[in-house]
Amino acid sequence: MDHLTYLENQSIYVIREGYHQFRNVAMLWSIGKDSTTLLWLVRKAFFGNIPFPCLHLDTGYKFQEIYEFREKYAKEWNLNLKIHKNEAAIARGVSPDTGKLECCTELKTNALKDAIKDFNFRGLYLGIRRDEHGIRAKERVFSPRDKQFEWNYKSQPPELWDQYKTKTAADEHIRIHPLLGWTELDIWEYIRREQIPIVSLYFAKNGKRYRSIGCETCCNPVDSNADTVDAIIEELKTTTQTERSGRAQDKESAYMMQKLRSLGYM
Amino acid sequence: MNDTDVLHFVIVGHVDHGKSTLIGRLFYDTDCLPEEKLAEIKQASEELGRPIEFGFVMDHLREERDQGITIDTSQAFFKTKKRKYVIIDAPGHVEFIKNMITGASQAEAALLIVDAEEGVQQQTKRHAYILSLLGLQQVAVVINKMDLVSYNQNRYEQVKKELGEFLGELGIKPQYYIPISASLGDQVAKQGDAMTWYEGPTVLECLDLLEKKQLPQHQPLVMPVQDVYKNGSKRVYVGRIAAGVMTEGMDVKLMPQEQETSIKSIEKFLEDPKQAVAGESIGITTTDAIFAERGHMICIDGSEPSLTTQIKANVFWMARKPYTKGDRILLQCATQEVYASLNPIARRIDSATLETIGTDATKLKNLEVGEVIITTEKPVCVTAFNDVEELGRFVLVRDNDVCAGGIIIVPNIDEGGV
Repeated sequence: MDHLTYLENQSIYVIREGYHQFRNVAMLWSIGKDSTTLLWLVRKAFFGNIPFPCLHLDTGYKFQEIYEFREKYAKEWNLNLKIHKNEAAIARGVSPDTGKLECCTELKTNALKDAIKDFNFRGLYLGIRRDEHGIRAKERVFSPRDKQFEWNYKSQPPELWDQYKTKTAADEHIRIHPLLGWTELDIWEYIRREQIPIVSLYFAKNGKRYRSIGCETCCNPVDSNADTVDAIIEELKTTTQTERSGRAQDKESAYMMQKLRSLGYM
Repeated sequence: MNDTDVLHFVIVGHVDHGKSTLIGRLFYDTDCLPEEKLAEIKQASEELGRPIEFGFVMDHLREERDQGITIDTSQAFFKTKKRKYVIIDAPGHVEFIKNMITGASQAEAALLIVDAEEGVQQQTKRHAYILSLLGLQQVAVVINKMDLVSYNQNRYEQVKKELGEFLGELGIKPQYYIPISASLGDQVAKQGDAMTWYEGPTVLECLDLLEKKQLPQHQPLVMPVQDVYKNGSKRVYVGRIAAGVMTEGMDVKLMPQEQETSIKSIEKFLEDPKQAVAGESIGITTTDAIFAERGHMICIDGSEPSLTTQIKANVFWMARKPYTKGDRILLQCATQEVYASLNPIARRIDSATLETIGTDATKLKNLEVGEVIITTEKPVCVTAFNDVEELGRFVLVRDNDVCAGGIIIVPNIDEGGV
């Protein structure tokens, strides 16, 4: 079995395990390459009929291309799409200009908190990967959050073989990470193999492309001429830049990502 | 390079013997460290007033860096000319043993690291024992900090002998004993000229010599049912094949109800496979109406797993609150869940010394290994660990927490004897 096939089968196992344990689950779809790959695997796991909602946390600052892609494929793949915004914070004027930690926490983390409360989700699928960031490398496949949403990274449950932390106290929810063992290169090789549609921002125009996408205000493109999936794969095999080098929230201070994640950020 | 081959290996050993440093050095010397990451590590090291700390490649939590200790297991990816690797870093401190086990349970091979100056320590032994309990066969020993003992060959031979004797008791036969200096790089990715007396492989060469673990395709078919989905008018049983090969039309037997049927179709989204192998997550439909649910097994008549309520096993207890003989506890094996109790606890073993603490014991405490008989409240389908791994290993869960991992020695003591 080749490595991509192994990863696919392992992820489908994890996805089915999460649904069996909780039933009341949702997946976060940011419309980026990772969560779109996750969505592809979720469709495979349930033979095209996804039995739970796809949640998009809309900060209002996303790229236009992201909104267009979302509308097109939500329809084509017959998704139960839920869009959630922290309207109160937006009305208060929270924005990247008033502070990135606050902005991410309000418009993403707190928006997610509200959504989980409103829909009473017990489990949440996320497309994070270990190779994106040293903090994410420490994650478990099934990762509990307490009622304050905090990640107790100093005392995580043991995770042996494919036996995951599934039973929780009533006020916890569990983050399920089916793509944890995938690398950025694996994702693109799988996108090529499966011909998964991907938002156009990843492909170079005028010598620039986005390697990681989120809010338009906090993402910078990298220099690149990779305008096809093949070219991106070639580029990744030789690059010495990190994937999230264009993401502002990772950089404001050395431990910003740790702080964000311990508060419940993705 | 073989693009499709990825080997998972774990680095274990006593606290401060240099696990994270070795990983950082491997990255650095193979040019697998992105510029930005290197800059970040340099900056974080400087802020703490230290020379560049290679351990920071893996130790990413602020608490880990401030204290110079690995708290939780981590994984990173790197490649050689031959293939790709997933490196699993495991904490060496006794406090974080459950994190070490979490890391080691995902590995196909292990590097056991030992400090040349300090020699074999408590966690060196305990980690080695855990490797043997987890059934990890491929182990190489790395004797680190050779620079602190002036690259002395006699010291290398001493440590090698001491550790070799202990590992022998566990049935572990390391393929290599490599003398290195992780902080200076000798014998890690390059030979260096400090230890010309050593003729074996470097750490990097050793990794390329390890073998990829194969999925058990050549055994009789077993597929634990994971869930049941309604897909249109079809009832589809989903699961991942634990061993063997499944083909359309094959006669199978459903356990525990011992019902016979055959595979009508193998289901995958937008595909129409006629065959599936160990490791594949699939769905199936059957020619007869069967009533299967999660935990049931699709297998082959005549080579099905044991259906049993009495299992002989070794368990590693890793919770603060001890287990008391006879306590009710949840056993999870593949997709099966059943309440069970451990009785008797024939032998209690100190996992750092292998010494027997007690026989016919009433308790099993944190970091102890127990040789036990498990009685389940309902029959379960299991095998010995050496037979089908997935059906020969389990966890024990109490109050929603995994408290122990275990390996089945004899699946059915009524049939197999004790």
